[in-house]
Amino acid sequence: MNRNYMIGYALAGALCATPAMAQELTGTLKNIKDTGAITLGFRDSSIPFSYLDDSQKPVGYAMDICYKIVDAVKKELKLDKLEVKLNPVTSSTRIPLLANGTIDLECGSTTNNAERQKQIAYTNTHFLTASRYVSKKSSKINSIDDLKGKAVVSTSGTTNIKQLTEANAEKKLGANIIPAKDHAEAFLMVETDRAVAFVMDDILLASLVAGSKAPDDYVISKDAFSKPEPYGIMLRKDDPAFKKVVDAATSALYTGGEGQKIYDKWFTQKIPPKGLNLNSPMSSELKNQYAKPSDSPDPDAYK
Amino acid sequence: MNYNWNWSIFFEPAPGGTGTYFHMLLTGLWLTIQTGIFAWIIALIFGSIVGVLRTLPSKTAYWIGFAWVEFFRNMPLLVQLFLWFFVLPELLPRSWGLWLKQMPNAPFYTAAIGIGLFMSARVAVQLGAGIASLPRGQKQAATALGLTTLQGYRYVLLPIAFRIIMPPLTSEFLNTIKNTAVAITIGLIELTGQARSMQEFSFQVFEAFTAATVMYLLINIIVVTGMRFLERSLAIPGYITGK
Amino acid sequence: MFANFDFDVIRRSLGYLFLDGMAFTLTLTGLSALGGIIFGTLIALMRLSGFKVLGRIAGLYVDFMRSLPLVLVIFWFYFLVPYVGQWLTGASRPISVGAFTSALVTFIMFEAAYFSEIMRAGIQSISKGQPAAANALGMTYAQTMRYVVLPQAFRNMLPVLLTQTIVLFQDTSLVYVLSMPDFLGAASKVAQRDGRLVEMYLFAAVVYFTISCAASFGVRRLQARISIVR
Repeated sequence: MNRNYMIGYALAGALCATPAMAQELTGTLKNIKDTGAITLGFRDSSIPFSYLDDSQKPVGYAMDICYKIVDAVKKELKLDKLEVKLNPVTSSTRIPLLANGTIDLECGSTTNNAERQKQIAYTNTHFLTASRYVSKKSSKINSIDDLKGKAVVSTSGTTNIKQLTEANAEKKLGANIIPAKDHAEAFLMVETDRAVAFVMDDILLASLVAGSKAPDDYVISKDAFSKPEPYGIMLRKDDPAFKKVVDAATSALYTGGEGQKIYDKWFTQKIPPKGLNLNSPMSSELKNQYAKPSDSPDPDAYK
Repeated sequence: MNYNWNWSIFFEPAPGGTGTYFHMLLTGLWLTIQTGIFAWIIALIFGSIVGVLRTLPSKTAYWIGFAWVEFFRNMPLLVQLFLWFFVLPELLPRSWGLWLKQMPNAPFYTAAIGIGLFMSARVAVQLGAGIASLPRGQKQAATALGLTTLQGYRYVLLPIAFRIIMPPLTSEFLNTIKNTAVAITIGLIELTGQARSMQEFSFQVFEAFTAATVMYLLINIIVVTGMRFLERSLAIPGYITGK
Repeated sequence: MFANFDFDVIRRSLGYLFLDGMAFTLTLTGLSALGGIIFGTLIALMRLSGFKVLGRIAGLYVDFMRSLPLVLVIFWFYFLVPYVGQWLTGASRPISVGAFTSALVTFIMFEAAYFSEIMRAGIQSISKGQPAAANALGMTYAQTMRYVVLPQAFRNMLPVLLTQTIVLFQDTSLVYVLSMPDFLGAASKVAQRDGRLVEMYLFAAVVYFTISCAASFGVRRLQARISIVR
């Protein structure tokens, strides 16, 4: 080990002629430079954040933001070429896979909360959404209390299933909670009447409904399980150098007007694969966040 | 390894207010055992019938047995569970399908039946082999005594065949229990499912999976020991060595 | 019953299903079988080596793997392999391992336990006289195994090894739990995207069934041929 350091210092000394390299790289940045590759984690069906298009390539709002981060990382490291590897993740695998180094950034719809911040870090918030449920109009579920004793699905590994589990105990609903692998599978359970309701972030519910075979059959609840909570792109904890680059990149993106363009592309225009338009202009909370980017896990910080 | 171990996590309360994480895993363990036993009963019933069919002189019976085994053996269990859970209710008349889907504990029944039928093919093969391994004289003697085919199987062939195939049946029983883990894909929260939820809620990946691993090992040890006792007490002196 | 079926959804996604999905499944099956048989043979040799400690370790490994459900092992390895890689290479942080590599390592390690039992039976089926004769000819233990015992054991056990490979082919569908794009994963992605799960899952079932059936039929013919030769 010591010898390696010695060689390192010797090399660093030799390389002093190139001042750009003077600062020693650590953590993720070093790894990206060494391997010439960065790995992005993507989701199957987090529409329009991160999902598979017609040719089964991951696309979406969060993916676009991640590609901007990749550009910034490439520039920071002065690389001519930076290979982008893509790795599928689910709600249940994303945090362990980030921690164990399989992915470097998670580009999806991950709720930023204080509890998770003990495990991983987030860059600036890219969306705010509250946890609600979708059900078929025909099943007449008008409030959370109507879920009593019914089969309710949510995606495993999300904050939503946790909130649902807690509400179930607190309100003594006795609902049968079914965990699904991903949002599409969970929605399918409602579509095929396996479950009466699907508890998830309202924006994801809205896009699943809009993309379904009969959008008019469904209704999204007024009742919410949570305040609008922030979404963030995840990166490993305790890696300040990498976080600095990522934060600077997203900050510049959001304040510079380019972020608004990306937002409009995914939320107010037609998106692949079916040419759906979510017609969901930017909320005032998100506008504030865009003007003053932050990675706070506290929902009240965005008011 | 830069991972924060926290073994006391098992005694912390789990979300849901029903108890600690350890309690959560125990609930999963219990469901694994229940599903496994239920599936095993189905596997034994159908496996025995099909296994016998395969040894009957009738060509039709043989073909039915053959088709059954090939059907359940040549598709991944996961695909079979999807067929039972997602596809079957859509193919039935609408009201039946709806009844099936809204049945409480649908994942449990689907898993138990799906895994039971999947395993029945393997039980049938074992039993068929067991019966085929008996000396021809056994069957002939049964016929000579005036027993009908049914009686011959009931009183002569099956009691011996089942004793012979006891060891492979033990491992098939263990396979049945292990296969219940596949049912997490249709929403059954058995032991592996609970370990996964615990990982998601507590972020302690390796503690959760270690505990589940230990529980599966315990099931294995208990079943193997128990079956060895059973084998010994059922052994026919001088015919099958009880080891 | 099939009136409102949309079989066109299958035709439209054939390219993705087979060129991506089935290619992933078959590559994973092929490489895992190869790695599993090699590693399994090593374990079998350890068990039969006569060194008590080695034999114990190998035995424990086999019993351990065979007690666990594959789904649990898949989760374990997906999360653990990068840390093991870090430990092996002495790197400062967990090394990044892709989804495919991780699945491959999982199946090799898991199936090796099953392949090793088959190879052990194969090695034990060779009459004691053969290694004794090899020994008398002055062959070392390694040479005896390499030139005399293993080729015959492998040949005798080929049908069983292939049958286990068909099981492995079916087992690879379980990477579905990690959202990997194998054949079933591809089918389920199309099914969920287009809301056509009945068609896609039925199609997936037919494809798995056809391939497994054809393969088992092939193994049976091979078995018949081998048993005539012997």
